[in-house]
Amino acid sequence: MTFVAKPKVHHPRLPLNELGLTRRDYEGSVSTLCAGCGHDSVSAAIVQACAELSLPPHRFSKISGIGCSSKTPSYFLNRSHGFNSVHGRMPSVATGANMANQDLYCIGVSGDGDSASIGLGQFAHIVRRRINMLYIVDNNGTYGLTKGQFSATNDKGSTSKKGKPNLYESIDLVGLALQLGASFVARSFSGDKKQLVPLIKAGLMHKGFAFIDVISPCVAFNNHQGSTKSYDYVRGHIESVTMADFIAPQQEITADYEPGSTEDVAMPDGSRMRLRKLDDSYDPRDRFAALAHVLERQAAGEVVTGLLYVDPDSTDCHEIMNTIQKPLNTLVENDLCPGNGALDRINASYR
Amino acid sequence: MSTVYNDFVIRFANVNGSGSASANGMFAKALFRMGIPVATRNIFPSNIQGLPTWFEVRVNERGYLGRREGGVDVMVAMNAETYAEDVASVTPGGYLFYDNSKPLAPSLRRSDIHEIGIPFSNLLLTEYTDIKQRGLFKNITYLGALAELLNIEFEVITGMVSAQYKGKDALIRPNINALEIGRNYARDYLGGPLKFQVRRVDLNGDKIMVDGNTAAALGSLYGGATVCAWYPITPSTSVAEAFERYAGQMRVDKETGQNKFAIIQSEDELAAIGIVIGAGWNGARSFTATSGPGISLMSEFLGLAYFAEIPAVIWDIQRAGPSTGMPTRTQQADLIGSAYASHGDTRHVLLFPSTPRECFDFGADALDLADRLQTPILVMSDLELGMNDNMSEPFAWDDSRMYDRGKVLDAEALEGVNRFGRYLDVDGDGIGYRTYPGTHPSKGAFFTRGTSRDEFAAYTESPDAYVRNMDRLVKKWETAATLVPKAEIHDRGQKAGIIYYGTSALPMQEALDLLGAEGIHLDQMRIRAFPFGAEVRSFIESHDVLFVVDQNRDGQMRQLLVNELGVDPARLVSIRYYGGLSISADHIQGKVSEHYTTRKLARLTEVKS
Repeated sequence: MTFVAKPKVHHPRLPLNELGLTRRDYEGSVSTLCAGCGHDSVSAAIVQACAELSLPPHRFSKISGIGCSSKTPSYFLNRSHGFNSVHGRMPSVATGANMANQDLYCIGVSGDGDSASIGLGQFAHIVRRRINMLYIVDNNGTYGLTKGQFSATNDKGSTSKKGKPNLYESIDLVGLALQLGASFVARSFSGDKKQLVPLIKAGLMHKGFAFIDVISPCVAFNNHQGSTKSYDYVRGHIESVTMADFIAPQQEITADYEPGSTEDVAMPDGSRMRLRKLDDSYDPRDRFAALAHVLERQAAGEVVTGLLYVDPDSTDCHEIMNTIQKPLNTLVENDLCPGNGALDRINASYR
Repeated sequence: MSTVYNDFVIRFANVNGSGSASANGMFAKALFRMGIPVATRNIFPSNIQGLPTWFEVRVNERGYLGRREGGVDVMVAMNAETYAEDVASVTPGGYLFYDNSKPLAPSLRRSDIHEIGIPFSNLLLTEYTDIKQRGLFKNITYLGALAELLNIEFEVITGMVSAQYKGKDALIRPNINALEIGRNYARDYLGGPLKFQVRRVDLNGDKIMVDGNTAAALGSLYGGATVCAWYPITPSTSVAEAFERYAGQMRVDKETGQNKFAIIQSEDELAAIGIVIGAGWNGARSFTATSGPGISLMSEFLGLAYFAEIPAVIWDIQRAGPSTGMPTRTQQADLIGSAYASHGDTRHVLLFPSTPRECFDFGADALDLADRLQTPILVMSDLELGMNDNMSEPFAWDDSRMYDRGKVLDAEALEGVNRFGRYLDVDGDGIGYRTYPGTHPSKGAFFTRGTSRDEFAAYTESPDAYVRNMDRLVKKWETAATLVPKAEIHDRGQKAGIIYYGTSALPMQEALDLLGAEGIHLDQMRIRAFPFGAEVRSFIESHDVLFVVDQNRDGQMRQLLVNELGVDPARLVSIRYYGGLSISADHIQGKVSEHYTTRKLARLTEVKS
């Protein structure tokens, strides 16, 4: 970690977004994670995505559990409220926060211990409930704060820093999310900003539950030879099936694409997500094929990345529950209290 | 044989899942509508179908509504499996109703009780061809026979049947037919009225008869709860279910047909409390309902909410311990576990309702207190209050009442704040100002953590900052003691007093009258909240001997009093009952009287002028 405080002034020619804000307005406090930690790259990607989307930087709720990854909501979007809650229980807190105010963007940051071990149950159920949020797992396959124990996403046979192999099957959160019906499932790599930033944008704009599993190496405990979550291993075994580009409603399409077929996915707010298929045989709208492909490549020791599945007709929990459009936390006595008159009828029914 | 009016205990022994609840409920309701005070108790197994279940009604003109010891006056024995114990539980001179389609085994016969055999099975064999219907109508048939023999106004019952099946008119006639079969058989073949009779009085005024869980749900709805997250657990389930029912009726936006509430049946109690805390953090009034095991699971989150200072309301419908079986019985055994739930130095506000009306009031008050104190509020009901129909004052709401949302700064207020400090004690009451997420573009955002923060919510592991924060929480606790519902005290200057809470209120008047008759006169204090207000301390200080009534083994309220107020334990005599039924007046009277006898304490003979 660094002990140098962030300067409050910034370069006068930093580009302004549509709200007249610079990227600095989307930053958080200085990170206390290790130098080179993948999680800091994820935080930086969140900052860039939110700034480029020109989203109001105070209109987020940032929720996390406990662990290195769960510290990161301090390191982005300082103008928004954050909540470092209970180990493994970020999903329930995020659910409650989203119930109270559906107008806020909700970003949940969790880790592999937080989501795949202690919090696996809550992870499964928030997927089912389709909470409208972006759920990011900073996945490094290890427990950093307690110094290097295996987590449940650590691959079988992958070794610890001391050379001991992991003897147990790993839990793949992408596979689970696909199986449980998440409407947006992606995997990325903290070292691939070009892929990660557009995915974060698309995930934020997605209506419903958007999940990104980000392989984010732990430089202190899981970046050695023998680990399948190290920078070197991931770089050597990555297979990108799609690239996603987020296109704002009015934006002209001028991007310079590399060859490969593209497909536009309409987003609820009028924007589009342009999917560029790097593998022509891959169909990101086929949930079952996506699941099969991910599992198959995983068995071959490869890490499939990109937007793996998206349901363009997705829905969210509020729609399912038929809640009023107005945030529940803005309702007042007149909206909520039936008044004494209504009690006459109720009392009469109990006589 | 002298007739006893409006004073008896009747018990129905049934097989779980046989549809008896409806008929038994109508029996109690009929007496209630005749203006007679009644108390109902459902003793049920952890089972859907087949195991024994009992429904007991105490009828009493003096309003003694606690459980009565010493057997039942009228037993309606409809379960062959429990027949022996049911026959044995009848008081000498009492009555046993049974189905004499088959003869009673000689070993079960008693010469000191009246046997009233009615051939229910045979009577219904010709009337109803469907076996299931025959079973259901058997219950209605015994209701008809009881109406005749106890002198219940028949049209009160038929009126209830008509109201209950309104819209399903095809069911009204067969039900009334079943009632008439029972009534006619009793009139034609059974001799005279029973010793126990009911007669119309006017003692119930505008009272209602309702279960505490329904009342809790209504109070939460009136109090502005918008988020309810819960996990099914007996005996609390009906809180959330009633909230869903009433919200569906009264909280749907007329224009859009959309809900002004969100109910989530979560995957477990950990998620339920997590959702409540997330919603509370984001400014929505939220609550959950659970029982003891749920409190255990929620404990980690309760600690976080205490430290992070987040409003939450938790209804604990207490039951008898873990696992399955006894947990369908009542107890007040979660006090210590709830008061100090979680890791670190924690203390939680508890409320103790004792009637459905109080469940309603506390439903709303708890939401106000949670917002005002920015902390979890646990409302400690129990199965006895929550799941049984209890007579109660009717629900009432003051339409001028505004919700107390506590110290919340909106965007306009933030404009006037130079530097916002979430945990600054600006007003000296230990309570800081909070902001909801998304309020202001540049002011008022803060990062919520359990510990490790300074007054401005900045991360710190400074020992001084930690101590300052913990000491402020103590100050907040002292503020809480001035805001929670005050104890209800009846102090006539006696030397001895009795302290109780929750459903121990039900048998209390009867217990006091029994004790009074033997020269023991006690002042009373019904505790309604923890932390204890100043009135609790002064009541204790002004009495020489104090009895503390608990429905748990370890005298948990007594422990809290000793622990929190530093009372000499020797001054607090523990009266405990923990068999899983509700505490009786006889039990309280017996224990207090025994203490007077063994300690040779003076009894007073009341001077009658």
